[in-house]
This record gives sequence, C-alpha cells and structure tokens, in this order.
Amino acid sequence: MATAASVPVCTITIEQPDEASTRLSLSGRLESGNAARVIEDVLSRLATHPPLRLDVNLERIHYFDDYGSLVLQEIRHFVESRKAAFQLINVPEHVESILSLVDFHHQDYLPTNSKKKPISIFVRMGEAVIIQLDTFKYMTSFLGSVSICLVHGVLHPRSIRWGDTIVYMQKTGVDAVPIVALISFLLGLIMAFVSSMQLEQFGAGIYVASLVALSMVSEFGPIITAIIVAGRSGSAYAAEIGTMQISEEIDALFTMGFQPTLFLAIPRLIAAVIVVPVLTLFSDVFAILGGLVVSSTMLDLTVGTYITQTLEALTLFELMWGLMKSAVFAVLIALVGCLRGFQVRGGASEVGNAATSAVVSSIFLIILFDSIFAVIRSYW
Amino acid sequence: MNNAKSDIEPLIMVRQLTSEYGDQVILDKVSFDVHKGEILVILGGSGCGKTTLLRHMVGLNKTHKGSIHIEGHDICNGDDSIYQAALKKIGILFQNGALLGSMTVSENVALPIIENARLSKQALKRLVRMKLTMVGLGEYGHYLPSELSGGMRKRAALARALALNPEILFLDEPSAGLDPITSAEIDDLILMINRNIGTTMVIVTHELASIFALAKRVIMLDKSVKGIIADGEPHHLKQHSDNPLVRQFFNRESRNQAI
Ligand SMILES: Nc1ncnc2c1ncn2[C@@H]1O[C@H](COP(=O)(O)OP(=O)(O)O)[C@@H](O)[C@H]1O
Ligand SMILES: [Mg+2]
Repeated sequence: MATAASVPVCTITIEQPDEASTRLSLSGRLESGNAARVIEDVLSRLATHPPLRLDVNLERIHYFDDYGSLVLQEIRHFVESRKAAFQLINVPEHVESILSLVDFHHQDYLPTNSKKKPISIFVRMGEAVIIQLDTFKYMTSFLGSVSICLVHGVLHPRSIRWGDTIVYMQKTGVDAVPIVALISFLLGLIMAFVSSMQLEQFGAGIYVASLVALSMVSEFGPIITAIIVAGRSGSAYAAEIGTMQISEEIDALFTMGFQPTLFLAIPRLIAAVIVVPVLTLFSDVFAILGGLVVSSTMLDLTVGTYITQTLEALTLFELMWGLMKSAVFAVLIALVGCLRGFQVRGGASEVGNAATSAVVSSIFLIILFDSIFAVIRSYW
Repeated sequence: MNNAKSDIEPLIMVRQLTSEYGDQVILDKVSFDVHKGEILVILGGSGCGKTTLLRHMVGLNKTHKGSIHIEGHDICNGDDSIYQAALKKIGILFQNGALLGSMTVSENVALPIIENARLSKQALKRLVRMKLTMVGLGEYGHYLPSELSGGMRKRAALARALALNPEILFLDEPSAGLDPITSAEIDDLILMINRNIGTTMVIVTHELASIFALAKRVIMLDKSVKGIIADGEPHHLKQHSDNPLVRQFFNRESRNQAI
C-alpha cells in the first residue's frame, strides 16, 4: 500500500537538446489516477513550444497501465497532427508489454472513422418509409397469426391456455374494478353537477338523469373503461411479452413447439374481451350512482324519479351498442399490447418504449374507432 | 495462520462469514484472506455458494454475521461511506455479463470512466477503443450487447469491469461457455493484467485448465460443510489432498455418492 499513495506522482521534464528535437521525459507512475492531469499538463506545455521532433523517454517509469498508453497516444496524436515526428525511447519491458497489449504501435485509434457522414434527406425519408413498411408487414403477419390461432382455438379448445386466461381475467378485470368504479362515480358526479346548473334554468332538472345515463352508457362508459384498461393492462402486456422477448424466453417457447401467439397473446385477448364489457357495465352503474347522488342532494329529484327517468331514457339497444364498442376496444388494447411486446428487440429501455407505445397507440385507436362508430350510427 | 504468511495486512479479510437465504444456510462461518497481487480461484460444485460468496465480498449480499475487511475497512458492519469508498477499488464481472442492453458496447465501457475520470471526448473514445482491443473486441464498439455472441458479451463485460483499472477484480466464471481458445486467451489476458497492472483477482471458475493456468492458490467450497474444504496450490491439492472430494475434482473423476 505504501507505493500506491493517494496522489500518484508522475514527473514531467521537457528539454530541448537542439533546435530540431525536443525530449520529453516521464518518470514515476503513469496510471489511471493521474492520466487526465498528465495529458493536460504535457499538451499545454507542448502547445507553447511546438516540437519538430519529439522523443518520449520512458526510462524511469516504474508503474504503467493502459491509461498510461492513453497518455502516450494523446501526445502522439498531438505531435503527428502537427506534422512532427514522434518516437518512444528507452521503453522498459513492463511498459512495452502493456503497449503491445493495447496494440499501441499499429493503431492510432483515431476517432475519425466514427464520424458519421451527414445523411441526405432522401435517404432518411426512404429509411423511415422502409421502417414503416416493415412495421406494417409485421403487424399484418401478427394479425394473421392471431386469426389462425383463434380458428385453431375454436377447433381445438383444449389448445388454449384457460388457466392463464383466468389469471389475466383477474388481473385485467377484477383488479381494475375499484379504480374503474371510483373514476366513473366521480365522472357521473361531475356530469350531473355541470348539466344540472344549465338544465335547472329551464326547469328541466329531471333530464340530468337521462343525460348522465345516455352519455355514459353509449359513450363515456366504454371509453373511460378502455382507457383505464389500456393504461393498466395494455402496458403490462407489452412489458411482460417484451421482457420475455429480450431474455429469449419466446425463442425457447418456439423451439419447444409452442406457438408464441397462441401461448401468450390469445389468453390475454380472450380475457380482455370478456372482462372489459363487464367493467364497462360497472362503470355505467357507478356513473349513474354518481349522478343520483348529485341530483338527490342538489336538485329536488327523489331517488325514485331519478331511476324511473334513467330507465326511460335507456334502451337495450343503447346498452348493447356500448358493450359492443367496449369489446372492440378490448380487442384493440390486447392486440396492440401484445404486438408491441413481440416487437421488442434489444434491451430494457426498449421494454419501456413498448409499454409507452402500447398505451399511446391503444388510446389513439380507441378514440379513432369510437369516431368511426359514431359515423356508422349517424348513417344507420 | 495469516501472520506466518506475511507481515503486511491482507487486502481482503473474510472472517466467520455466515450467509443465508431465508433460513437456508449457504455458507457457515467461512474465513480466509486474499493477499495483494495474488490470483485466488474459488471453486466447487454447482450451487455450493461461490456466487453467493462473491456477492458478499462486493457487498451486494449483506449480513452482520461475520465481517469482510477490504484494505482494513469493514464493509459488512461499517457505514455506507466505507462501502462506497471500497466500491471505487473493485471491478466485477457478473456471471451473465450484465451489460446494459440499451447501450452499445462502447457506451457500456465508457460509463464508469465518464463518472470517474476527467478525460476529453477524444481521449475517452481512444481509451474505450483500447480497452476493447485488450479483450479483442476493437471493432465491435458500436454493437448492442444483444447483437453479440455469448463469449463476446463476456469479453465486453470484462472490458467494462477493467474500465477503471480496479485494484481488485472479481470475476464470476469468466470463461464459462467459451471455446477453449477464447477461454485460454481470457486466461492470458487475466495473467497479463495481474502481472503488469498488479490487479488482485478473485475468480470463480470450474475450468480445470484455467485453474492450473491462473491460480497460485485455490479455495474449494463444498455443500456438505457449507464452507471451505481445501485451501492451497492446485497442483499440490491434486496430488496430496487428504480429502477425496478435492482429488476427484482436480482429476475430473465422478463421485459415486449423492450430492
Ligand atoms: N436469491 C436467492 N434466493 C434464495 N436462494 C438463493 C439465491 N441465490 C442463490 N440461492 C441458493 O444458494 C445456493 C448457492 O447458489 P450460488 O451461490 O449461486 O451457487 P454457485 O456456487 O453455483 O454460484 C443455491 O442452492 C441457490 O439455490
Ligand atoms: Mg454461480
């Protein structure tokens, strides 16, 4: 320990025996602890007297590691980039062995090759298009494989992993009930509150009930539930499958003769399609309850009239329409989540990106499909 | 026992270390020293606790049953600043490499250097390239770990462990899963670094060839005693150990009783 003092010492001397040449002598320790300082020191001193030829004398170096050879490289680069000659003299054996280990004599490790050429905009546009096409191709083949697996599942119901399906139904559905109920209740509360302020002015407070019921059952119930499920479970699907992808678990499944889509995606898909409409039903009920609380406290509506009015406004068609939409949203969420998971390549951050992208894409698709449904209904 | 060996204090001193996962005891009152500049090989059958012992020595597994001193500082029972200071002196090669998957090989190697050394961008690039050349991966800096073969990943991880030229290097099965040639090259590299830079090495390995090439001293662990069953020079142990298990290990013989 005595030699490895806390500040390793390297003595630098620069002499100029004649006009043409300069001699730099390094002695002591040249190592990771002082390399940065020595580089700075030597280069600033050489900059004031640029040499025509530099001899680096290493005779009195008694400890040298690869950081030391970094020092020599930096000096060599400095000297040679000024068209001067560089030479090592009196190289001790232990220094020589390190230098050959890092291939000092044959390489300058010039970071030039790493400099990227500016890429023309057309190349970049082309690349972007190719990437998009690739994604599209992958998506199509994924959808195809899901369809095949579904058909296969219908023909051979035993090939579907029902145990996993039930686990996902619990994770996606049962575990989400409290948050869906709370958010929907508050949403119903807010809707009733805002609409009652307007409708009261016309003495039409009774229509608060219809408004809450109709808008929840046909629009907000399915959407809010789908968004919550996308955030909770779509991201989880992507992260789970993505992690399996990067740790080669999916490859392992494949080689064991399992179809990864059938094994991983189908149970999630089935689970989502079953539980999301049920969650939507919960959402509708709790929102109506929220509306009921506001109406019966702030308006002069009795619980009875509120419920009668709600039932009058709702039709079975509305309810089924909403549930049908939520089933479609469930398909979107499960497919996007699994697709993003399967697309993961590389490392941990890719898993994070997949989860983020799963949520963003599903929410976008949910809104997009909801608009499509609205258009369909208006031309019904 | 250690007094007779040398008058200077050992670099690492493990005393009465007991390790358990839950109530399953893996190591029971293990004591040994690692001296400055030596290559110590820890060996033993699968699941006997080699990785566990290594994790204790670098402070990843914690226990208050026993003590581990690195350069005289107790990293088991001391406070966190002692442990942080000790971390600066050690490098670790994990059994699975543990490269950060979202960074290229170069970025992985550069990571500890950027944190600890004030180097210009250009010098940093050179140094990283040099470290990679040392492990024979000079041309692979821009690859992602997932694009490398298993052996290359190991070597890249070794380059990262060597990034700061640590005083002590812990290697968990550096040559497991590599072909004999690459494995021999890694052994040469380890010897070279040990000889020229003076790095103390604690290596877990099964490879007999590596053990004989590298180790002046080995410690053999075994499940039956949850601790050390042999400590000494490998050639000597191979011929003269009084424990049949040790001789069997070095002579590559199967053992007939159950584990
Ligand atoms: N995180 C953990 N939790 C519980 N038991 C563990 C854990 N890690 C290892 N073990 C157990 O400790 C024992 C020793 O493991 P390990 O040190 O990895 O063995 P090896 O000598 O093969 O490296 C094994 O029986 C293993 O099951
Ligand atoms: Mg192990």
